[in-house]
This record gives sequence, structure tokens and C-alpha cells, in this order.
Amino acid sequence: MTEERIGVYVCHCGTNISATVDVEDVAIWAGKELEDSGVVVSREYKFMCSSLGQELIQDDIKEKGLTRVVVAACSPHLHENTFRTACDKAGLNPFLCEMVSVREQVSWVHTDKVAATQKAKALVFGGVERVALHEPLEPLSVPINETTLVVGAGIAGIQAAIEIADSGFPVVLVEREPSIGGHMAQFDKTFPTLDCSACILTPKMVTVGDHPNITLMSYSEVERVDGYVGNFTATIRKKARYVVEDVCTGCGICIEKCPAKVIDDVFEAGLGYRKSIYRPFPQAVPKYPVIDTESCIYFQRGKCKACQIFCPTQPNSIDFEQEDELVQVDVGNIILATGYDLFDSRRIPQYGYGRLANVFTSLEFERMCNASGPTNGAVVLRDGVTEPKSVAVIHCVGSRDKNYNNYCSVICCMQSLKFAHLVKERAGPKTEVYNFYIDMRTAFKDYDEFYQKVLGEGVHFVRGRVAEVTDAARLPGEEGKIIIQAEDTLIGKQRRIPVDMVILSAGLEPRADSKEVGHKFGISCSTQGFFTEKHPKLDPVATMTEGIFIAGCAQGPKDIPASVSQGAAASARVLGRIQQKELALEPVRASVIEENCSGCRICNTMCPFNAILFHEDRMVTEINPALCQGCGTCVAACPSNAITGTQFSNEQVLAQLEGLLMLAVNGGRVLEPEMA
Amino acid sequence: MKYSYYPGCSLERNAGAYHESAMAVAEPLDIEFVEVNDWNCCGATEYMALDLLPAFSLIGRNLALAANQNSNGNNHLVAPCSACFLNLSKTDRYMRDTPELAEQVNAALAAGDLHYEPGSIRVRHLLDIIVNDVGFEAVAEKVNKPLYDLRLAPYYGCLVVRPVRKTPFDDPEYPTALDKLLKTLGATVVDYPLKAQCCGGHMTQIKEGTALEIIRRLLKNAADYDADAIVTLCPMCQLNLDAYQENVNRHFGTNYKIPILYFTQLMGLAFGLPAGKLGFGKEFVDARPALAKIGVAPPKESRKKRDKKALPMPVMPEEV
Amino acid sequence: MAEQKQFEPLIIGFTCNWCSYRAADLAGMSRKKYPPNVRLIRLMCSGRLDPTFVLKALKGGADAVMITGCHPGECHYLEQNYKAYRRYILLKRMLKQFGVEPERVKLIWASAAEGVRLADEITKMVEEVRALGPLNWTAVASPNGDHPVQGGHPIHLELKEEAVA
Repeated sequence: MTEERIGVYVCHCGTNISATVDVEDVAIWAGKELEDSGVVVSREYKFMCSSLGQELIQDDIKEKGLTRVVVAACSPHLHENTFRTACDKAGLNPFLCEMVSVREQVSWVHTDKVAATQKAKALVFGGVERVALHEPLEPLSVPINETTLVVGAGIAGIQAAIEIADSGFPVVLVEREPSIGGHMAQFDKTFPTLDCSACILTPKMVTVGDHPNITLMSYSEVERVDGYVGNFTATIRKKARYVVEDVCTGCGICIEKCPAKVIDDVFEAGLGYRKSIYRPFPQAVPKYPVIDTESCIYFQRGKCKACQIFCPTQPNSIDFEQEDELVQVDVGNIILATGYDLFDSRRIPQYGYGRLANVFTSLEFERMCNASGPTNGAVVLRDGVTEPKSVAVIHCVGSRDKNYNNYCSVICCMQSLKFAHLVKERAGPKTEVYNFYIDMRTAFKDYDEFYQKVLGEGVHFVRGRVAEVTDAARLPGEEGKIIIQAEDTLIGKQRRIPVDMVILSAGLEPRADSKEVGHKFGISCSTQGFFTEKHPKLDPVATMTEGIFIAGCAQGPKDIPASVSQGAAASARVLGRIQQKELALEPVRASVIEENCSGCRICNTMCPFNAILFHEDRMVTEINPALCQGCGTCVAACPSNAITGTQFSNEQVLAQLEGLLMLAVNGGRVLEPEMA
Repeated sequence: MKYSYYPGCSLERNAGAYHESAMAVAEPLDIEFVEVNDWNCCGATEYMALDLLPAFSLIGRNLALAANQNSNGNNHLVAPCSACFLNLSKTDRYMRDTPELAEQVNAALAAGDLHYEPGSIRVRHLLDIIVNDVGFEAVAEKVNKPLYDLRLAPYYGCLVVRPVRKTPFDDPEYPTALDKLLKTLGATVVDYPLKAQCCGGHMTQIKEGTALEIIRRLLKNAADYDADAIVTLCPMCQLNLDAYQENVNRHFGTNYKIPILYFTQLMGLAFGLPAGKLGFGKEFVDARPALAKIGVAPPKESRKKRDKKALPMPVMPEEV
Repeated sequence: MAEQKQFEPLIIGFTCNWCSYRAADLAGMSRKKYPPNVRLIRLMCSGRLDPTFVLKALKGGADAVMITGCHPGECHYLEQNYKAYRRYILLKRMLKQFGVEPERVKLIWASAAEGVRLADEITKMVEEVRALGPLNWTAVASPNGDHPVQGGHPIHLELKEEAVA
């Protein structure tokens, strides 16, 4: 029999519990039958979570010298903290309080009152047996490094970096491409204000480039992350630019003189060309160019070196011998803002992208409209010269589709409206524009007004998913055109509409390597491939891994205002952590009892958080409490019972099990089970 | 490689060229076709529409006979005709998925002392075994008279790629197996959009006007893309496009003269086999003018000056 | 009133804190009813499940054990549910050797959103175990082997490679 003094509190929760479970009976029963198990007081109350309810517990702790508390009420996911804090305030270690759910698990799901009351009693029995074996625990305190790592310098990453840096704390901003800016730098105009994208983005980019608190590592990738919240160590590979940044003035003569020209399929989305030594776009930050070794004549064939020859700086800025550099940074928190990839429209052969010359994707069209793009902003056909007289814009390409991606990509409707407007603006108001949509999703501020404006411009809207985009003409009017075949569901007829040009609003997909990146940082991806947030409603920027936050389209498709908000939200969370200087971690951890460890190392392979280390000299395993997340898999794996888990030790679980098995389902005690 | 072979009714008669050329190319490729003994008609598309159980039983008999004949352990049954292929594979699959159907069909077959265990035969199309079992490399090795300068439009028809099978051997919307095969033979392959569109099937018997329109669209598309010949893998498609071409011309006032050939015939030509052995001469639209275009040297890769104004086209993914 | 009271199986369920426990909570919030024969024990992760717990439960009077966790690929601790699955497969083989019907131990993956589904699975399992009858462990584990299993079906000796729910 235990020496602990246990208090049992059964909640009515108004009538939520008491309507089905005989709460008074349970309380009386516990006081009487569980005396041998250590129960010294057993009460019931209408609302245990109220301040009066909590005071009941606190008074009993002080007056009756309670050493353990069991609260039978709602789900621990709701009020475990409430009761733990209440106990803490009364001087009892919060981990000596156990919650038993008799609402979600009993009163709300069962109808038989007798059986429900019996089950509630069994659960309380289990809780009582268990809590007797709880140990007082102190939360683990880890110091927080002030530096933050932001991965990805699109608009979300830029926003996050600026917010943290402005608050006076250092940021390391890592970007894979030679310049920051992300996809937003590729756009021409942004909806609904039709602001020029580069005009609103470049000031932020310049701020990032000049900010004393931001260490910008562009053309770099994070290779490895070790450590835990507050104390991460990231190994970053600075890829060789072959340009010496300290000397280069960004004059651009090397780019002018370079004879090698290739298709730029990153920034120009395959629609334009760049040189082998290049800057992605004129306003690139940083301004230093990069040599693409695959197309560089020197790197491929050993000739040329025009860039070096014409470089005016002393010493020369071109360094063909430059190598990748591995840099280690210590950071306290990490924000992942790695953005999205565009759905590959070649996967839908019915839409003709790749075969038919005048079918363009959304990013291609953005580049076309952009004043510094391949056509200087003119809307023309693939021949680069002819203006289209009719254009079709197709919504939901690769989105809302069982065959490709089930989800809605959020921005395509607004984007398609923007395109319709731009076509009218650039190719002339007489240009016929057809938008083929399933639904018009124009939800946020000023969005629907934008839709109405475009409606007013004479754009035709056909509600129907496009079946086929083809050049196989049937009728004389279709010769030489691209024909869109779609069912116009509002009139209930099939339509064949010949146009000159087609724009596909392709969906937003997670980055191709999102799973690997997630694994590197210790976070998971959802089934669609976007990073998983801690709670989709209440915590969209945190992840299940402490210290790692996500922002922007890496978390799911969204527009620019939402990306900015998430970047700011993530930075606020990080700043909050930094201010605390120390972080308290939940002490649910595993630890090795060294004397019992036989060095079999079975547990070593169990940990996905690299928390298990093996000491070769002593042939024993040790668990790093800061890295350990408390899943308990190693505890279950150990054949020598050498690993214990706090809060979920073998003894505690088995005690709870014993309690649960004491009572039969329909009344009466079970024969004393032998639990050897 | 040995395969059980089901020619089907068309290959005996109007698609004799398909049969002849298939047999002719089998030899250089080391394929032995063992014809199913006493096979019967598969019922084409008609019987299924009429009465399902006898239709399945009719096809089931062929499967049972093929299974009995399965002497070398290779349980693959090759059908060159797309409709036969579809019927055979469909029946096998339905019998596998629906035990009641298997019971009924086997009850019918019992009358002839036959029994078919669903799943014991794997039905393949002729194109499938050439592309996947023989392989492009083996075919390329046998090519000694490449079909240079010949612009060929591969025509799949619908039955070989649709309905989508559990293990499809090609994409249902945009198949490429025949394209790649023709490229291996040295020809210039014309990638026209209607290559997997229906030829009308038996619509020619039901409503000729509609059928002619369907056929006209296919011919027009191939002509618009400057094809010298259309290459098919199904006797029905070949019949419709070839035998009805004149009707189409008369009906619509067009002047198409596109020969419709079987892919095995082109393979035979590329292997250097004599045209007489490949069933040439039986087609309605004379193939000789098109075949005369075959050049002796590979087409010169013209160093076209890049049009400075034109925007680059996206690159299609490399075929696996 | 000497009517035979219907056999009420006692089933112990192990849930993981993140997905399946939340699924059970969701079933509660949705007021989805299921029979009261299952009593849940919350673990942090299905990977924590020591197969000994299952054996102790069966020995201690439970007629069946239900193990739940996050779907493969969605484990809060990344991959621990795979380890749980490995243990489960081995455990089933062992139980078969003991003579315990494999239907008595069931693994169910449930995400936090699948409250109704979890409730349905519980309902299904209760009926399945009711049909099997009480386990009566001492008879099963008896060294003589001459104690018949009380009630229910004869022991199935083939372990059907069942699909995990």
C-alpha cells in the first residue's frame, strides 16, 4: 500500500459529465474503495476548472497534506495545464497531478449510464494507481542563442529577417539562388492593387542587403542541422560564385562580354536567355554575378575567360579557382520560408503545354509582362512579334484535381483575373479574353472588387473545366488557332473557342525536395508535401519541433499578404523566445540507468532525433535530455529495462493498466488479476 | 521468345498485311508465335453490346485454349488487333475480379470440356511485346535500311490505351511507345494531337456521316502536320482510315492521299525485308508514292539560325 | 431473473498522445457513440508500446487489446510508429504460438481528424471480441493444455496477413 496521500476530484462539468456518469457515486466510491490505494479525500464539484474548483484542490493540498492529485474531468489536452498550475501554486509539483478524461471518453460517447459510471470508476482507479508512482519533475531549462537562421529569402523570409533584425537581434539569411527575392521578384504586377511587384519588393531587398544585423548568405544551402531549440548548429554550404565579393563592384561588364548564352529556366521561367556569367535580374541583391559552370566555355572547354579579361577591378574579381565553402553557424531558432514550385503543366498533355507554341504557364506570362523580361513587357505570341487577338486563361491547372493535386492553390483565380486585365491593357482593349473557371475564389480584402472591375472590362467568363487545348481545327474559323474545348456549365453546352494564345494558371506545389529539407530540420510534411504546422487553426507558423518555425508558401499556398503575415508571425514567436533568454522544456524524457545498461545498443538506432549517444569507452548508452523528445520508443526497446521514461515509465503504465482492469465492464470487481 | 498468338478474324482477311508483316518481322527479332489452336472470333465490339454472358464465354474459350496450349511456361498471349486485345484482357480481368462471372463462364466452357482459371493468361498487345520485351535496342540492331526522310504519323486509336488498366503500358492521353519505335526505325515522327483519338470504329456501319467526319478529322490533322503516311496498330483503324478515305474525299470535297500502314510493315521495310513479303499492295490508298520518299542518307541537321525575336519553347521531359 | 447476461468484453486501448488520443477526443466532441468496453491508456507515442504491456493486459483480465497510433509517415516523432508496427507483427506471431486468437490484438492507425472512424473501429472490435468470447488467459497459458478455452470460437491457427486498418 502506498504512503502517498491522494486527492480525487470528479467534475460534473455542468451536466456534460453528470448527465451520463453518476458523479457523486464515483466520488463516494473512490473515497471508500480506493482508500487502500492512498485516497484520503474524494470530492465532486460542478466545474473543477473554475477558480472555486481549483481552490478546492489547493485548500486540500495545504490542509490535508496531499501528495498526489487526480482530477476526473475533460480531456487533458484542454485542462491539464490548468490543474498542474493550480497544484504548483499550492506548493505541489505540477507533475504530481494526473487528469483522467471522463467526458470525451465516457459521458459524451456512451449512453448506458451504469456502464458509463463503471467505466469512469475504472479510469479513476487507473489514474489513482498511476499517480502514486509519479515523480516530481522540473522543466528543463535551455539557454537561447540570440541568432536566428532564416532559410529562404522570398517575401516571407525577407519579412521575417527584417523584423528580427530591426528588433536588434542577429539573423543569418540563407538563400539557394544567387539573389534574394524569390518568386515575387519574377512577377510583374501584384493583385489587387496592381502594384509593380519589383517596386514594392526591392526596397525590402535593399534593406536586407544593407542591414547591419543580417548576414546574407546567398547562393548557399543548409547542409546539416544539429542541436536542439536554443542551440542549433547549422552547416551551410556557400557555393562558389567564382566572383570575389570583396572586390567586385557589380559593374556588369563581365556579363556584357560573355559570349555564352543559354536559356534561363529559373528566373525567366524558360522564356528568356541569360549569359553564362549572370545576375538573375537587374535589381539582384547581392549584386555579384555568378558563373554557371555547365554553360561556361572556360569550365567546359578551357577557353574564353572573357569575363576575367574585361573585369576592370584591381585585383581581378573573377576567380576560377574559387571553391565551395562550408560555414557553421550557431543559432537559437530557425524559420523555414522555402516557398513553392510551380506545377509542371507538361503533366497534363491535354492542355498542350510544350507541344503547342502559344500555350504559356503563369510564370512565363509574368515574365512576358514584366518590363525587364524577354519581351520588355509586350504581350506577344511565341514568335516574339505578333500580338494575340484573343487569349484564353485557364484556371485550376493541376489544382482541385484528383489526378494531380486535390487542393486549391488559393492565388490562381486572382492571378487569372490579373492576367485578363494585363492582356487588355497590353494587347489592347479589343483583345478578346476568356477566363475558364470552376469557381471564382476572390475572398480577401479588395479581391472581389477587383473581380468586378475585370468583369467590367469585358472579359468573358466561362464556367467549365477545360477538356482540351488543341490545334486540330474542325471548322474553317478554327484554322491556325488554338481551340479550347470546354463545357459551359451555365448554358449546358459544349463550346469550342478558338484563340491565339493560352495562359495556364498552374497550381502551387511544395518544393520538389521538401521531404529531404524537412528531414534535415526534423519536421514533417503533410501528405501533399507542404510542411506540417503545429495546429492548422491555432498555430500555423510553429511546427511540432521546438525552435523550428515555418512561414509562407512552404506551409501551404497563399498570397503575398498572408506570406508577409506569416513571416512576421514567425519572427514574433522567435523574438518572444529570445527575450526569455531561457526556454523551459517539458520534462517528458527518457534516461538511461547506467548500471543496468549492457551496451547492446539496440536503442541506438531507435532515435530519429539523434538524442542517443554511445560511449565507446564505457560501453554504455547515454541520452541527451535536451534533444530527447520523450517518445519512449527506446524505453520500450531496451531488453534490460535500463531506460526509464519520466511520466510514462513502465511502472506507471502498468499500474494504470492494473487499475483499469480491476472493474468488469458490467459491474462488480474482476477476480484479483495476477500481475506478476 | 515464344508467345501464344491470337490473330483474330481481321488478320485472316482484310488485315492480312498486318499478319504477314508481323510474321515476317518475328523471325529477325527471334520471336516465335504459336497460334492458338482452334481459336474463335472474339466478338469484336458488337457481341458485348448484345449479350454479355455469351460474349464473355466466347472470349473465355480463347483464353482457355491458350491456357491449355501454354506449353513453355510463357503464359503470355499476344493479340495484334486492339479490339481482340481489349476483349481478351477485359474478360480475364472481369473473371478475376468477379468470381460469379468466372463461375458462369466456366460453366459455359464446361460444355466443351474447357475451363479457364482467371489470371493464368497474361494478354499483351503486339506493340507491347516489341517495345517492352524485345526492346528498342534490339530493334535498332536489325535496322539496316533506315526510313530516312519519311514523315510518319503514329496512330494509336483508342482501344490499346484506354480504358486505363491497372498496369497501363502507355499513357492514356499522350502515348509515346509507337512514336519511339518509329524513331528507332529512322523515320521522322510527326507528333500530331489526334494520335489517340477514336477512328469511329463500327460507326461506319451505323451512321456513316458521323463516321466520315471523325475519319476526316484524323486525316486532316495528319495532313496538316505534313505526314507522309499514318502508321496504325489496329485493323479497325486501318480499315476506317484507308478504305473510307475515298468516301471522305467525295463527301467533303477533300483530296487526301495518305497511305495507312501497319507498324510491322514499316519495321519490315527498315529491316530490309522485301515489300512483297510485308503485305504491301493490298492497301486502298497506294503506299508507293510515300515510300518512294525514303532517302538513303540521314536528314541533314540544318543549323537553323536562331530567330532572335522568338521566345524559346519549353523542353519536353526526356522519354524514359 | 436467471437470464444469461451478455458477455461484455473488456478491451484495453493504447493511444498515442498526438493523433489517436486526439481522435478519441474528437469522437467525444462529435458525440459519436461507441460501446463502453474499451478503456484507453495514453502514451506519448505508439513507439512507447512495450509488447509486455499487451501481454500483461491480456493476462490481467482484458479480453483484447487495441493499439492505435498516427498513420505511417505522420508520426509526431517522425518514424516511431514504424517501430511500433514491427513490434506488433512479431507480437501477433507470438500470440498465435500461445494459442491466443490474432483478432484479440488489433493495430489501428488513426489521425487526429478521424474521430468518427476510430469510434467505428472500436464498435467493430467490441463485436468481434464478443463473438470470440472471454479470453480466460490461465486456460490458454496452461502448461497442460487441457483446459478448454471458455466459450467462443475454436482457436484459428493461420495468421491471416491482415491489412492494418
